[in-house]
Amino acid sequence: MTELTSLTLAEARDRLAKKDISALELTNAHVVAIEKARSLNAYVLETPEQAVSMAKASDARIAKGEAGPLEGIPLAIKDLFATKGVRTTACSKILGDFVPTYESTVSSQLWRDGAVMVGKTNNDEFAMGSSNETSHFGPVQSPWRREGSNTPLVPGGSSGGSAAAVAAQLCLGATATDTGGSIRQPAAFTGTVGIKPTYGRCSRWGIVAFASSLDQAGPITKTVRDAAIMLRSMAGPDPKDTTCADIPVPDYEAAMGKSVKGLRIGIPREYRLDGMPPEIEKIWQQGCEWLKAAGAELVDVSLPHTKYALPAYYIVAPAEASSNLARYDGVRYGLRVPGRDITDMYEKTRSEGFGAEVRRRVMIGTYVLSAGYYDAYYLRAQKVRTLIKRDFEQCFEAGVHAMLTPATPSASFGIGEKGGADPVEMYLNDVFTVTVNMAGLPGIAVPAGTDGQGLPLGLQLIGRPFDEETLFSLGAAIEREAGHFVAKPWW
Amino acid sequence: MSVDAQTVRRIARLARIAVAEDEVEHLQGELNAMLAFVEQLSEVNVDGVEPMTSVTPMAMRMRADDVTDGENAEAVLANAPQSDDGYYMVPKVIE
Repeated sequence: MTELTSLTLAEARDRLAKKDISALELTNAHVVAIEKARSLNAYVLETPEQAVSMAKASDARIAKGEAGPLEGIPLAIKDLFATKGVRTTACSKILGDFVPTYESTVSSQLWRDGAVMVGKTNNDEFAMGSSNETSHFGPVQSPWRREGSNTPLVPGGSSGGSAAAVAAQLCLGATATDTGGSIRQPAAFTGTVGIKPTYGRCSRWGIVAFASSLDQAGPITKTVRDAAIMLRSMAGPDPKDTTCADIPVPDYEAAMGKSVKGLRIGIPREYRLDGMPPEIEKIWQQGCEWLKAAGAELVDVSLPHTKYALPAYYIVAPAEASSNLARYDGVRYGLRVPGRDITDMYEKTRSEGFGAEVRRRVMIGTYVLSAGYYDAYYLRAQKVRTLIKRDFEQCFEAGVHAMLTPATPSASFGIGEKGGADPVEMYLNDVFTVTVNMAGLPGIAVPAGTDGQGLPLGLQLIGRPFDEETLFSLGAAIEREAGHFVAKPWW
Repeated sequence: MSVDAQTVRRIARLARIAVAEDEVEHLQGELNAMLAFVEQLSEVNVDGVEPMTSVTPMAMRMRADDVTDGENAEAVLANAPQSDDGYYMVPKVIE
């Protein structure tokens, strides 16, 4: 049975199509694996009964020759996606036992294509965090550990449960969302592949909103090919989201074998940080050599406003969050704490319902939007955002097809190790990924090696708007050289 | 710029989040750490730069002004902490 959970999504798809295996046995193998891995806390809700009934329906469709592109594939869904009739909390106390009466567009497209839901995965509360430690359900333990050490490590965040579930072989792929790095950073920490597509590629309808101008859904998977397969089902136009692009979705899997010969790859000099661990520098250099050997041309480029992306993000994202999270008022859904009047009820509900990180961000967002401070903070940050995007546009106009950077400034770290005294220490995790959200571009994190303690490290490729295909071609080229990274089970 | 204790209380009020008196000092420290971090934006020359309003160039999609949804009060109220006869229930707001 364990053998079935070690398949990639593409391998499982092919074996299901050949009727080598049934969707039910594939699902059952994952249900058993999930039960055995509860100590990871990757899932906040397991849905074995629903999984079994969906798998049986898949087997029936396969028998009739009506299989969809993801028929019978067990997937996990980040708890930020509304799932009809299945508790959805964004891992916040304030959503309590919220049970949506509707399905998010992205997840509905996965079910349309035949996928099987095995459960809802843990994440930082409202996706605010880089270590999955702000979840109301408690932290996720990474399936990875330092060599010879039992120290529990973070899987990254905010999509920490999704990344851990894929890395620990508890599903064949998982949905995730990325506002500042929440797909790519946990993918890099767990040796998995994560792509944040171009803003507007996936519908945001039915995804719990954090910062609407930055949020984007994408998959976390074991391989680049699996990410290509899964994104094709997740993406596409949606009349229910006006920011979702009316652009047809290409066959991303077809980009897998495509040669990268002649592609111009920008190496942005501003991503070389002072005090960056030599291992990160080394893996980046290695990535450059792999792409060069595959026929790509490397060019030094400059993105001069890079260092301002993270501070601008910590104005724009909290501002949008303070507005989006105003809906949690104790009236329409979720937690209500009684008060002496309606304002007192609002204040008590929100005080008790939001965790420390969410409260901090809502308050800073409220401040930067308040009268007298709007111009100095919010408006200035939006202007800086224009400059960040312009940096990328100028490189692309000069003929650069994509950029190669490290995915994170370090490998995974211990639970409780960062951000205790100063929140900014945790925020620095997203220094390489946040620029991509600010500019609305696609970015993929691909595992590229390990550090001296055996922990995975990832590289990031950044593409032109709506050119995810080039990222899949380049990602596949790196993957071919770097190989795959699988955590040794200890759980 | 930094915030004082009085401003922390004012922000909490605007955000409709109850903050106990003994939490103010701690929150003030956290908010000031964030404000100190974003302070570096003041060194960027933004003269003549348009603030971003849409990250990807797109025209707002229009649709006919028709009713496309509704008649599902039960689903809308399904998660309400308190509801009665098709209405949300809240503490008295008008004396």
